[in-house]
Amino acid sequence: MTTNSLPPEPNNLWQPKRGLNKRVEQAIIWLFGLFALISVATTFGIVLSLLFETVEFFKDVPLWNFFTDRQWTPLFSNPQFGILVLLSATFLTSLIALLVAVPLGLLSAIYLSEYASPRLRKWLKPALEILAGVPTVVYGYFALLLVTPFLQIFIPQLGGFNALSAGIVMGIAITPLIASLSEDAIYAVPSALRDGSYALGLTKRETIFGVVLPAALSGIVASVILAVSRAVGETMIVALAAGQNPRLGLNPFVPVMTMTAYIVQVSLGDTPAGSIAFKSIFAVGMTLFLLTLVFNIISFWFVRKFRETYE
Amino acid sequence: MTPLSSQAKPLDAGWDIEQKQVLKALGRRQGIDQGFSWLALSAVIFSLFVLVVLLADVLIDGIPVLSWNFLTSFPSRKAETAGIVSALVGTIWVMVLVALVTFPIGVGAGIFLEEFVPDSWLARAIEINISNLAGVPSIIYGLLGLQVFVRILFPITQGRTVLAGALTLALLVLPIVIIATRESLRAIPGSLRQAGFALGATRWQVIRSHIFPLALPGILTGVILALSRAIGETAPLITIGALTYIPFLPELSLRGLQSPFTVLPIQIFNWVSRPQADFHALAAGAIIVLMVILLLMNATAIYLRNRFQK
Repeated sequence: MTTNSLPPEPNNLWQPKRGLNKRVEQAIIWLFGLFALISVATTFGIVLSLLFETVEFFKDVPLWNFFTDRQWTPLFSNPQFGILVLLSATFLTSLIALLVAVPLGLLSAIYLSEYASPRLRKWLKPALEILAGVPTVVYGYFALLLVTPFLQIFIPQLGGFNALSAGIVMGIAITPLIASLSEDAIYAVPSALRDGSYALGLTKRETIFGVVLPAALSGIVASVILAVSRAVGETMIVALAAGQNPRLGLNPFVPVMTMTAYIVQVSLGDTPAGSIAFKSIFAVGMTLFLLTLVFNIISFWFVRKFRETYE
Repeated sequence: MTPLSSQAKPLDAGWDIEQKQVLKALGRRQGIDQGFSWLALSAVIFSLFVLVVLLADVLIDGIPVLSWNFLTSFPSRKAETAGIVSALVGTIWVMVLVALVTFPIGVGAGIFLEEFVPDSWLARAIEINISNLAGVPSIIYGLLGLQVFVRILFPITQGRTVLAGALTLALLVLPIVIIATRESLRAIPGSLRQAGFALGATRWQVIRSHIFPLALPGILTGVILALSRAIGETAPLITIGALTYIPFLPELSLRGLQSPFTVLPIQIFNWVSRPQADFHALAAGAIIVLMVILLLMNATAIYLRNRFQK
């Protein structure tokens, strides 16, 4: 882009090609804007594709039966679809997972943020990230072929498939999620708060429990709720290790069937589209989607409502 | 314990006793402190121990089956002759397609949100939407893929094919790429953009020639992390109906896109769920292959991050 210092004839004056640039700019904005809308379209796609088959499903199975039946027998000639059966299994495995993951994850987060030296922290965080990056099907292998036989030494009545080992391994799988998100929250607490507490004569642990953790509470609770949502939607570990027996109850030693395991079971079989079993996986998927959505919304809400801000 | 009030009095025996009490209590408090720090440390050590046990178990079971034949044979009902070639090739097919789809779309969306409409209601709405999508279980994406890519777009995808699987996984990891793109664009100083505008460049010219090249390492790291998430995903592909027994490879052409397929995690799932121990060893072998690929991808991501971090 050079300009002529001599007075030129108007016709020879160089003009940049602004028109083309403008057209390119417009095209880029439209194209990239379209790409950005794909994520919105995904959300609508999920809701619509679940809704469509779910509505079809509830034409055959009354909503009331779906929530009150105590049997899940989709392949019987007189099929019953009591979602409580699958929900109880999902609740059970998620509860066991949280009993493992919350203490492990929180203590790890506290150690990383409050006790570990910066050098140690630099090594520990990526190690935990590796734990988070292991595919869940590998955890399923671990649960079925290592943890279950190991637990059977101590609990002889434990079945080959059971909620206990699936839950424990799922807990280990979501520990890094809790550890990493809680660590972010704990690390973000200003050190002036800690110093103030030390100045009052509190010890390090008393400072952590009395000052640091309450200040980071919103982030910690949010991480736990996200972990719940992850545990509820976790598929491969429970499909491999928890079994395929729809059974109402909270006995962790017997095979059970979670919502996700049911979807996997039906998908593995050759279920024709339009059959009641095919529609049922969408109804179960819808239940799962709404459940995790509620957890995610609570988590967002909690962070917003209880976040302590320090200026 | 009221050491302050007693301090006003002259030194006497009472003060001495209270000081002893305080010291004793302090000793107890510090003991609890020490115990707690060990407890916290043991939580970290336990997590790492689990990682080591997991890797050791898989290595012990899997190394004996690893061989050239294992990598180049098709799956079989006989454990001795079974291999992972169709799963390995399927994984590569799907990964290449996911990368080809998510890179332009994710980066384009990220640029749009961060550079063209920053701080607008649209960007905020899409941001909320994206963080919601990140919380949706992956198996739900499988149901979406089953309905949209396998059934509605049947004329394009021909059903339960490589293309349908790749598109499903692409939707699943798209938020990761978009978020990574936005974050690396945000890290570029605004003065660079101002300099470009001052020279009369349009927004797109500034992005193309200055902002994007600088943000590229961060974006690539995000893309690799997204791919390493996609490579281990099993549930959505089972839901769209990827087959487990595939005794052939997809053609190396556009028609290959419409070929049935399997991937490593599905092959692993299939072998683990069989009762015979021979197949469990095969699963461990396939897990080693999968973990090596994952490790290589993560190492690349870390290398990129360190190489270009400023």
